[in-house]
Amino acid sequence: MVQIPYLSAYIAIVAFFIVVLARIVKWARMPMHLRWELYPVAHEARKADYGGSYLEESEWWNKPREVSLWGELKVMIPEILFLVALRENNPRLWLRSFPFHFGLYLITGCTLLMGVSGIAVSVSSSLLEGGFGAFLHYAIPILGTGGLCLGIIGAIGLLHQRLTNPDLKDFTTHADIFNLVFFLIIFGFAFATFALVDTDYSKITFFMQNLVTGNMLPLPGTGIDTILPAITVCGMSLLIIYIPLTHMSHFIGKYFAYHSIRWNDNPNLPGGKEEEKINELLKQPISWAALHIKADGRKNWVDVVTEIPKEDQK
Amino acid sequence: MKNPVEIEDMSKGEGPLVHIRPEDQIPLPPPFDKIEEEPPLKPLSEGAAKNYECLDDTVAVSIPKPESKEEEERLVNLFLSGLRKLFNEKDNWTFLQPLLISLEHCAKCQTCSDGCPIFEESGRNSLYRPTFRSEVLRRIYFKYIKKSSKWVHGDIDLNWKTVSRLIELAYRCNLCRRCAQTCPIGVDNGLLAREIRKIASQEMGIAADELHKNGSVLQTKVGSSTGMNSLVVKDNIEFIDEDTSEKTGIQVETPWDKEGADILLIHNAGEILAWPENPGAFAYLFNAAGLSWTLSSDLAAYDAINYGVWYDDIQFSRVALLHAQAAKKLKVKKIVLGECGHAHKALIVIADKVLTGDLNIPRESSMTVLQGIVRSGRIKFDKSRNDFPVTLHDPCNMVRLMGIVAPQREIIRAVVPGERFREMTPHGVHNYCCGGGSGFAIMSGHNFADWRHHLSGRRKFRQILDAFQDEPMDKDHPKYVCTPCSNCKGQIRDIIKYYDAWEKAGIYYGGLVELMVNAAADTKPGYIDWEWH
Repeated sequence: MVQIPYLSAYIAIVAFFIVVLARIVKWARMPMHLRWELYPVAHEARKADYGGSYLEESEWWNKPREVSLWGELKVMIPEILFLVALRENNPRLWLRSFPFHFGLYLITGCTLLMGVSGIAVSVSSSLLEGGFGAFLHYAIPILGTGGLCLGIIGAIGLLHQRLTNPDLKDFTTHADIFNLVFFLIIFGFAFATFALVDTDYSKITFFMQNLVTGNMLPLPGTGIDTILPAITVCGMSLLIIYIPLTHMSHFIGKYFAYHSIRWNDNPNLPGGKEEEKINELLKQPISWAALHIKADGRKNWVDVVTEIPKEDQK
Repeated sequence: MKNPVEIEDMSKGEGPLVHIRPEDQIPLPPPFDKIEEEPPLKPLSEGAAKNYECLDDTVAVSIPKPESKEEEERLVNLFLSGLRKLFNEKDNWTFLQPLLISLEHCAKCQTCSDGCPIFEESGRNSLYRPTFRSEVLRRIYFKYIKKSSKWVHGDIDLNWKTVSRLIELAYRCNLCRRCAQTCPIGVDNGLLAREIRKIASQEMGIAADELHKNGSVLQTKVGSSTGMNSLVVKDNIEFIDEDTSEKTGIQVETPWDKEGADILLIHNAGEILAWPENPGAFAYLFNAAGLSWTLSSDLAAYDAINYGVWYDDIQFSRVALLHAQAAKKLKVKKIVLGECGHAHKALIVIADKVLTGDLNIPRESSMTVLQGIVRSGRIKFDKSRNDFPVTLHDPCNMVRLMGIVAPQREIIRAVVPGERFREMTPHGVHNYCCGGGSGFAIMSGHNFADWRHHLSGRRKFRQILDAFQDEPMDKDHPKYVCTPCSNCKGQIRDIIKYYDAWEKAGIYYGGLVELMVNAAADTKPGYIDWEWH
């Protein structure tokens, strides 16, 4: 029985990475699409501030392109951390969504620090003495409790919005409600655990140290002292498995939405690598059935585009 | 509060789902601030309501009502078959990734709704939310293609009403993609509207006649959606040259089919018929600057329009190919697009992933060429000739979707006194659509023109009025809305006319090159004639 939380955590970590990886591979392997960028494009070195592009340059194809990674980071980091686009365009929802997301980040940070603590212990317990140990001692509960408080506040706020805002109601499905309630229950258990039986996060840190080192030792204490942390770990594990299976995996989709679509302004230059890919795509058979196309699943894109049906030529 | 329409209503009942009520709309700025004095939205004729599928107070696509249940069923199945192809890597490589990302990751937070001028100006009618049609498509996809649980993705019944209304609803979006710009995740509801149009056109053969039959089909058949063949267009340009020579006092001649020219200039042919002063101004400027340029009389090569960009990838590619072939034949160094936003976007950007090999001829905006003319100093400009209030409309395709923002402003600063120019709010890449985007500017069937004046074009008209609020609003104080896009110009013309804003407020409109020639010091003054055409 004492091994269940450990096993659930291992399964969750493996499942999370497999599903996330599968999703990344799915998006990355999609065929190249037609250009559909949207300005401002953050990597436009000197023009991003006002939304300009290299197409503002006369004979742009003869000039070197200035692509700024710093320009992208300047937009992406605040966007990931503070949900800037939501704050600018929907401040009312941001007041609920930001604490929820930032809470998740803090919980993730807390978990990673506990993992670091586990690695440090496995190397040498002396590593946790002194300043670094003190930092972990304070940072883990602060991040954990702060994250849970923000997460719970955010989830309640979002649930309230989903249930009461007429603009959202018609678009809200049972699953949307379930997702938020699920978060609330798991976060609630975690909060109760740290408020009642693990105020200094020593039990959960002990668990994480064992998880990292592969020692599935029982948690110290008996009864509720071990049951609540075990439920929290199992609940968190379920959440970790569940998130990437739902549309909440938008953290992956968002990367591709920005980098493959909104900011993808790569020109197709003669003889370039894009051209080769396009030529392959143009050879694929298509099957659109409308009379002005009459593709039969054998004609390819080039055939169809170059053969205008007779009735459209009359 | 219950919304006037809910998603599941799309498959229920007969007739329109919503009505536009003027009392729900926000009054315009003065002198048009009395909503009761606004022209009423013309009702849909009884014949149209009887013969075509209705969604709201208008009809855009004119989808005939099927004559039997079997016919309805056939059309619904055709829609489903098109939907499947939309998610097939071979049939829809062109937009599969953007489509799937938008379909799978929308959080339905409605942030995009506040960015949509049509939704806002409708009095926030839920039917016009950018998410509404997307959610209908999403539910159909997950229920009927993916066979997912309605518990997860919501429910909808698929019948002919759902399909026909969804197609009509795809034509209540300007495809300006302002909604996508505001989305925190990057979901693009404008793209989803276009993908619905694609199913209708590419699988079911249903599209607005103005875009397909009288648009891209006519263009690939005759050479231009205006119906002009090469003889007629040459004739018209000859007349324009004469007129421009007379107006400027300088002999202007447009070169045709000049092999080896540096530039193949392609105008939106609508300019040649509706605003001849625009191609005339281009001819004057290019000649005066000593550029090596030509027009082409090849099929479709004298009309830059590419309506496929709004509804059909195949038609889009056919037209783009004709443009590239003409340039290849003339061995020009580059193609330059005249003042037409969607033509810019179509040929310079979207066709970039269709044209390969010797058809991948460099393509450039006229804005940068004109900017080059200004910078070269080859033409002297006298700003005092443009001593009237000027504001600038940013065509979505050229600005938000291509990032061409600064050149037109640099040109205006060179030809208009600084204190006379004022920006709209917002402007640049955050602009509002003119209301004619996605083909609406050329769609006026039934009472659709009224719908676009009352809804899709209302925000732009509001912006124009706001931009001139510090000026006396009468005809004695003429004001110029500089609109470097043919479709936008058509829409702005229509809305000025609809509200009689030239007579009542002195609001006039025109292109960028007209402003330039009006300020060209070597020409006779008065290129802009301030006469309503």
